[in-house]
Amino acid sequence: MSRFRDLAALSLGVILAASAAFAQQGGKLGLGRPASPDELAAWDIDVRPDGLGLPEGRGDVLTGEELYTGLCAACHGDFGEGTGRLPALAGGEGTLTDEFPVKTVGSFWPYLSTVWDYVHRTMPYGNSQSLSDDEVYALTAYILYLNDLVDEDFVLTRENLPAIRLPNEGGFIPDDRAGTELPAFSAEPCMENCKDRVEITARAGALDVTPEAEER
Amino acid sequence: MSDSDGRRGATRRGFIKGALAAGAGAASAGAAGAEAGDPAITELQPWMRAFGPGVDASPYGLPSEHESHVRRRYVEWLRPDTISAVNFTPIHQLDGIITPNGLCFERHHSGVALIDPGRHRLMINGLVDTPLVFTMEDLKRFPRENRIYFLECAANSGMEWRGPQLNGCQFTHGMIHNLMYTGIPLRHVLDEAGLKPGAKWLLAESADAAAMTRSIPLEKALDDCLLAFAMNGEALRPEQGYPLRLVVPGWEGNMWIKWLRRIEVGDRPWHQREETSKYTDLLGDGRTRRFTFEMDAKSVITSPSPQAPITHGPGPTIITGIAWSGRGTIARVDVTLDGGVNWHTARLSGPSFDKSLHRFYFEFDWDGRPMLLQSRAIDSTGYVQPTKDALRAVRGVSSGYHNNGIQTWAIDSEGRAENVEIS
Repeated sequence: MSRFRDLAALSLGVILAASAAFAQQGGKLGLGRPASPDELAAWDIDVRPDGLGLPEGRGDVLTGEELYTGLCAACHGDFGEGTGRLPALAGGEGTLTDEFPVKTVGSFWPYLSTVWDYVHRTMPYGNSQSLSDDEVYALTAYILYLNDLVDEDFVLTRENLPAIRLPNEGGFIPDDRAGTELPAFSAEPCMENCKDRVEITARAGALDVTPEAEER
Repeated sequence: MSDSDGRRGATRRGFIKGALAAGAGAASAGAAGAEAGDPAITELQPWMRAFGPGVDASPYGLPSEHESHVRRRYVEWLRPDTISAVNFTPIHQLDGIITPNGLCFERHHSGVALIDPGRHRLMINGLVDTPLVFTMEDLKRFPRENRIYFLECAANSGMEWRGPQLNGCQFTHGMIHNLMYTGIPLRHVLDEAGLKPGAKWLLAESADAAAMTRSIPLEKALDDCLLAFAMNGEALRPEQGYPLRLVVPGWEGNMWIKWLRRIEVGDRPWHQREETSKYTDLLGDGRTRRFTFEMDAKSVITSPSPQAPITHGPGPTIITGIAWSGRGTIARVDVTLDGGVNWHTARLSGPSFDKSLHRFYFEFDWDGRPMLLQSRAIDSTGYVQPTKDALRAVRGVSSGYHNNGIQTWAIDSEGRAENVEIS
């Protein structure tokens, strides 16, 4: 309780003045401590398309195939075709304008670095960060092979990864809603007699996929 | 009600019929009550005779057992397992603008990380003068702020892109919650590390087994992002990122990294899996929008709705719902009873905060005829919530994310509601 009384004894004015000074000067409070090189190495695992963050290492397609068969195929399918609701990694080329597009590394993903980064940080599912860097290179090489983007003698390395282009890299555009949607969707809306007739065109009841109601 | 009602495992249709029958029964009992006397009044109820539980019987209080049906729900066919999955806020059973902590929808990619706060650290690295590490105790010594924001998953209503699928606003619109966060402006912590010239983007990373990451423009981080440790006044729930989550007001929920362990500063985005393969918007022409961060204005009628039918018959009737915008406040909500022929401006009630849920009501005298209900939000920038067809005309049907189109509920003469689309 004495600590509480001490705090209460501080005037509100002093507290406000202190935080105002902090905000105003952009000054530092001296909180936290410097991160050590070991700590940075343990946590700074992200990789960018330009190769920043990639560790030294290499892996070939055939090594990747062995790893894939043991660790990945049960969920992603023998040829990266996916299983059930678990995602396909290969195929789907040319389907992005189809009614049901198949979005895979080969058909959709813009950058190979994302494959390396994601496999390294969270695969295999349920045993994250258990793969060595070389194993991640090998699996990434095999995923390229499954997508017919490299031959079976291909070796992926820190040096050649950033230069490899995925087919859909150019398919991505920045958020353009400010030009395409906001003006179109900002007109004063109609309030009276806005339509001549209204008809129901589709019903969820026809599908019957809603979970059953809760008991009450 | 209890299991003795024998309704466990009843179908939705059965439930609605039962609810209608119960409503009719209550109405007739009320009328008869004038002559015979309402047993709720004439009979001594157990709680009128005997003591209830004493103080401290429930040190962490729970809702009435009569509210046990109010809970998050999961759609089994939607995801392969419950580890990388989503459940839904029961928005049809809530009122006001604040979501109770235990009812906030969950979206995890590797389950709920159960973190000992004493062993949790936040690291700031990258383009900073000094890479720093903070304990939770360190973070709580920075000046903190309290702000109320909605969080909406970019995939909220995503199952409805091609047409109506799920009969219930919990499922069509329940990937949203609205909370008061207590946290530290992110800029304070970045200032502490010292931003280097060239800093333009951040990468936020979680401590769970997904090590979830998102790239965030530095401008947003310095504007209004928070490092939050409390929701509605108490510590974050584990499923909402305990002990620390990033708050990115008005922007898609996936960016609000839970179990936040690291923020890296860089000069360009990282193009991580959750911002390339996922959370991007495939358009009808095969191009894909990326970094579609802001959530467009949106609203939905939460009652009546398929899980919350009208059970009282014709007469005084209340339509209520929620509206929100990632670009500001909600200026107005219009409601139509006839599928958009005529619109009526609804009444907003409750505080109107920037990038927060707003609650609307429309009270009217229902004549018992079928209705086609819709709500339409207009935000403080003048943006008007579009129809689903207007969205599809711009984006095609494969987008999946960012579906903010107007929702239609068809109400039949018995008060039952169905998720439909109309011309």
